[in-house]
Amino acid sequence: MATAELVGPPETREHGRLTHNARWAIGFGTAAVLIFVTYHWVLPSLNANINTFVNSWLPLSVVDECMVWMICALGLNIVVGFAGLLDLGYVAFWAIGGYTAGWLISGQFYNLKIDIFGSPAAGTPGIHINFWLVLVAAAILTALMGILIGAPTLRLKSDYLALVTLGFGEIIPQFFKNGDHLGTLSGSGGFDFTHGERGITPVDPITIGPWKLGPFDLDWQFAVFAAIAAFVIFVCLRLRVGRLGRAWLAIREDELAASMMGVPLMRTKLAAYAVGAVAGGLGGVAFAEHVGGVLPDSFDFSISITLLAMVVLGGMGNVWGVMIGALVLSWINANGLKQVGSTFNSTFGTSWDFPSYNYLMFGLILVLMMLFRREGLLPESRTKLLLREPSRTDVESVGADLEGESA
Amino acid sequence: MSADLGTGPVSNALTADNISVVFGGLVAVNDVSFTIPDQSIVSLIGPNGAGKTTFFNVLTGLYTPTSGDVRFGDRDITGQPPHKIASWGMARTFQNIRLFGLMTAEENVMVAMHSHMRAGIFSTVFGLPKQRREEKEAREVAVDLLDFVGINHTRGEYARNLSYGDQRRLEVARALALKPRVLLLDEPTAGMNPQESARFVEFVHRVRTEKKLAVLLIEHDMSVVMRVSERITVLDRGEKIAEGGPADIKSNQRVIEAYLGKSGAEASEV
Repeated sequence: MATAELVGPPETREHGRLTHNARWAIGFGTAAVLIFVTYHWVLPSLNANINTFVNSWLPLSVVDECMVWMICALGLNIVVGFAGLLDLGYVAFWAIGGYTAGWLISGQFYNLKIDIFGSPAAGTPGIHINFWLVLVAAAILTALMGILIGAPTLRLKSDYLALVTLGFGEIIPQFFKNGDHLGTLSGSGGFDFTHGERGITPVDPITIGPWKLGPFDLDWQFAVFAAIAAFVIFVCLRLRVGRLGRAWLAIREDELAASMMGVPLMRTKLAAYAVGAVAGGLGGVAFAEHVGGVLPDSFDFSISITLLAMVVLGGMGNVWGVMIGALVLSWINANGLKQVGSTFNSTFGTSWDFPSYNYLMFGLILVLMMLFRREGLLPESRTKLLLREPSRTDVESVGADLEGESA
Repeated sequence: MSADLGTGPVSNALTADNISVVFGGLVAVNDVSFTIPDQSIVSLIGPNGAGKTTFFNVLTGLYTPTSGDVRFGDRDITGQPPHKIASWGMARTFQNIRLFGLMTAEENVMVAMHSHMRAGIFSTVFGLPKQRREEKEAREVAVDLLDFVGINHTRGEYARNLSYGDQRRLEVARALALKPRVLLLDEPTAGMNPQESARFVEFVHRVRTEKKLAVLLIEHDMSVVMRVSERITVLDRGEKIAEGGPADIKSNQRVIEAYLGKSGAEASEV
């Protein structure tokens, strides 16, 4: 009991972690600015060959899409990585975010004429609210939906929770798909809430101040998405080191012990669900802007699984690892595999359809990761420890048991 | 070493009246009444399967008793959820250590301050001054508590990497972070050698005096029980068969039959 001062002060460790995070934040900011500068100024001034190369391997639209995936993966990471709640229906929040954009910045409700700092000319039918306010609205709505879905669901334990979230992930897109004739039983008439399978298109462009983004201003779209991503990263990192983050981790580590230490399980899990859902909602709005509308068919189960694969590939619980996992997988998904395929085909004279092996490859990646690198590409140091090294008590428990028996 | 019951404070930190717990057709605890006076050290003993841990779980809210009620101070806590009971000042350690393995020792202690802290999502994200101050104070309290149990050097280590003894201490530090009025220790000396157990007895007295709380122990090591307890309650097959000071219990015929009589060696040792 008297050897307290022997080992170095843990202060350094704490500071080390904070500066580590700060370094990454600066890194993300720098990378975002660099990408923007490259696509906005540098590339147009370079010769056509380089432009063709970049545009086939990493076009700006793919970069933008990657940012959307990243925002959503970071949200899922809060639920799965921080709080340890397996959510297989995360696409629901992505869809709700997307439809919030669909409702609030399009001509969907054409008999209304609401314009709050919106981008189209005054008097255009439909609801047209400023893009940034739509982000706020989507955040609020998805948080509420997160709580609404979570309240009955989160009482369940692991496997059951996964199954029920899977159900919600199916129900909500189905609702959007069939929500064009609410209030009637036949296939027509009634209130057209979601415009059914046709989806809601087009949505108004993003505005930055008084300036409207055109359909080809993908570099500015990137800047906006990067700003949203930066906000989500910031929230993740801040929450992680605070009171709530500790409670999430405690629940992930040992739910029973956490409740015995005064952590309210339901409320804390709901908070994880709500915060995670908000990121999904923001990503949904961004996605709607990226595609120029919302289509119910784009919100299927494979999105939930791909997002989960991103979280697992990157390293559960580690914000930076998840970012990298999201960027890598979304690039493969959107463009990478196609390019690798066409290069392969033209080199070897084959004609394989590489993109159709997309999910085969995701599956393979997941299996290989589970076999050889379960902690992910860039694991949080904790997870790595869990999966790589036996805990001290595990190793020493043999001796302890014997001592316990003789005592 | 043990103080007289009569000289202690009069009010009861915890009162359990006629507690019964039935699982299916199995009566785990049968009509047990029990009190813990403020700032006392009492023990709950009994052979394996006597219902000690079940009783513990009733006190901490993990089980709702089939009948009977539990009062904590002036508050009826029967059927209240565990996290509420904990936040009112009932802290426990676990028979099999249940730390948050992949959190640092300091974080482990700070988790238990959750109910005493106020910071919400907004103030945490934006690091408002109030949140920063609260966080800093919590960290200081955590360091003090780690100091108190003598494992400050492990502050930044993951709990799962601590030695067995340090893990036990960390559990106590974590429990103390709840600012408890009653501290429940479930077989705290399991796996300790006699010297460590002896030091533990002193430690329990120190905790009681400095933190001004009552301690309830479940313990198998009779030498520890006899030295540390001011009062002992004996359970056997879910029923209370005896209650009294260490001297009474030692000479109680029913206890010797039910508990110590099973092993002649142990009986003679006590």
